[in-house]
Amino acid sequence: MIVYLIRRLMQSTLVVLAMTVILFVGVYAIGDPVEILISPDADQMERERAIAALGLDRPLWLQYLTFLQNALRGDLGRSFVFNEPALTLIMQKMPATLELAFAATFFAILIGLPLGLWAGLRPEARSSRVIMATSILGFSLPSFWVGLMLIMVFAVQLGWLPSTGRGPTAELFGVQWSFLTIDGLRHLILPAINLSLFKVSLVIRLTRAGVRETVLMDYVKFARAKGLSESRVIFVHVLKNIMIPVITVTALEFGSTIAFSVVTESIFAWPGMGKLIIDSIYVLDRPVIVAYLMIIVLMFIMLNFTVDVLYSVLDPRVRLQDQKA
Amino acid sequence: MSPPPAEATTVAAPIAEPVRAAEETPFRRFVADFAESKVALGAFICFVLIALAAIFAPWIAPQNPYDLAQLDIMDGRMEPGTVGGAGFTYILGTDDQGRDMFSGILYGLRISLMVGAGSAFIAFCFGTGLGLLAAYFGRRTDAVIMRLVDLQLSFPSILVALMILAFLGKGILNVVIAIVVVEWAYYARTVRGTALVERRREYIEAAECLALSHQRIVFRHLLPNCLPPLIVVGTMQVARAIALEATLSFLGLGVPVTEPSLGLLIANGYEYMLSGRYWISFYPGIALLVTIVVINLVGDQLRDVLNPRLRK
Repeated sequence: MIVYLIRRLMQSTLVVLAMTVILFVGVYAIGDPVEILISPDADQMERERAIAALGLDRPLWLQYLTFLQNALRGDLGRSFVFNEPALTLIMQKMPATLELAFAATFFAILIGLPLGLWAGLRPEARSSRVIMATSILGFSLPSFWVGLMLIMVFAVQLGWLPSTGRGPTAELFGVQWSFLTIDGLRHLILPAINLSLFKVSLVIRLTRAGVRETVLMDYVKFARAKGLSESRVIFVHVLKNIMIPVITVTALEFGSTIAFSVVTESIFAWPGMGKLIIDSIYVLDRPVIVAYLMIIVLMFIMLNFTVDVLYSVLDPRVRLQDQKA
Repeated sequence: MSPPPAEATTVAAPIAEPVRAAEETPFRRFVADFAESKVALGAFICFVLIALAAIFAPWIAPQNPYDLAQLDIMDGRMEPGTVGGAGFTYILGTDDQGRDMFSGILYGLRISLMVGAGSAFIAFCFGTGLGLLAAYFGRRTDAVIMRLVDLQLSFPSILVALMILAFLGKGILNVVIAIVVVEWAYYARTVRGTALVERRREYIEAAECLALSHQRIVFRHLLPNCLPPLIVVGTMQVARAIALEATLSFLGLGVPVTEPSLGLLIANGYEYMLSGRYWISFYPGIALLVTIVVINLVGDQLRDVLNPRLRK
């Protein structure tokens, strides 16, 4: 187990290192680093001073080491636009994105699980076919289009829900949250649904497949034979067992939900990291771009690592297979 | 990867039975199997129509939406059905610059389909090549390539695309590069899985005994037998590529403003939607939606038809 952990940790570290190299190459080798790292308003004197200060006259590998060293200290440069450390800027925007992503995950389970259960218990019914067909749409439709339609129907035509911004926020643990105020909650609904669409489809498919497999199991037959009520069989015996894959996949998907919130945040003007990164790409605020990508990549690698380790704890086969390979 | 021509499907459907009895070629059987699903057949015909409309856009469209001289700002934001200053009816309305939406959609479809099909094809070549290498040579080659695939697939497409566009800047070529980088891994994984099975077959052994060159074995013997699942993945990836291009263009990171694709047309209309001028965003959206759904339906049926396990 320990060996596996260490091996896995080393792999993750390697991937992180590889990512820093890619980011470094992206910022320093492609394009002119002087233009990227020094504000375009700087005059010739300032430029030269900055080149010397940033060590851009030194060999590339040495520059990379400095970059890495600074990154380890959490110094990813200052934003040109806000003149604040890029990392601080990202961290300020992170709660909004996390809130959105959590709300989307919540919706995915809330909508996906009952529909998947229904479709799994009645695979031949017309309603189930409709659910499955709709779930294909959830996979294939570009989410920005669905977001626009949501705005068109619920915000413009019906006027039920607001379509831009976070609304009023309230403080909890020193961070501002939207879901603590009624109006903030109303602002949260449309973006969260938009972001959850892909996951709803995923949860529906997983639940349906799980249910169809589980209802054939002996323990379910036995529970029925014992004379338990149908609702108890389904909600306790079946549902409990399909929750494991559903929760794992939803957790694994959390990272990509955060990545895809870039689109949702742009549509709904949600002031999170995703909107920040798009705005930064527009104005070429590279330190912020690098900081965002670093944080997201780190988040992904940590998520994958945690899930892998959890799996190997829960399922010894994973561990053994890896040792053999 | 080219789909069967339109007339073949329409001809084969009514005379499928007698032909089957007379002489059954693999292609005819494929066409007959495919046409069994009316939905898929309809989707395919729909796709052909969309593709034709995109190809012949300059002859169909009443206006060249990229030629700024033809745009009349006075005709901006006109409702669908109004007759503009140029004398023809804007059947789908105009956008803020007086661009006829119908023409804009036809030209936008062109870009979307070109970028989608083009980048999916390049990704196909790269991914298939690397996947075949991994399966054929095994060992270290396999380990390195598949690690790369795993790494690539653990990051969502939008993140990879954002990273590339953040470094390279916007533009059609960079969008194509981004999509290729996002998609190659799917082909590599698919072809490797199939090729590993095919590799152990006798015909490969026979080819090796004849001392044929690696190149010949891989491309003339192994690759053709790995094609069916690749065609299915390829079809789906074209739809994904179109969706990704539209998303990136919508975010303002894709095609240039002067030559809008569907995604950019939608983005242009976005701000006017809140004031009730829905058509600027709505119709390009419908075009995009129909294109993606139709390709997915065709891909779905291809998967059923090309899967030997499901074949009767």
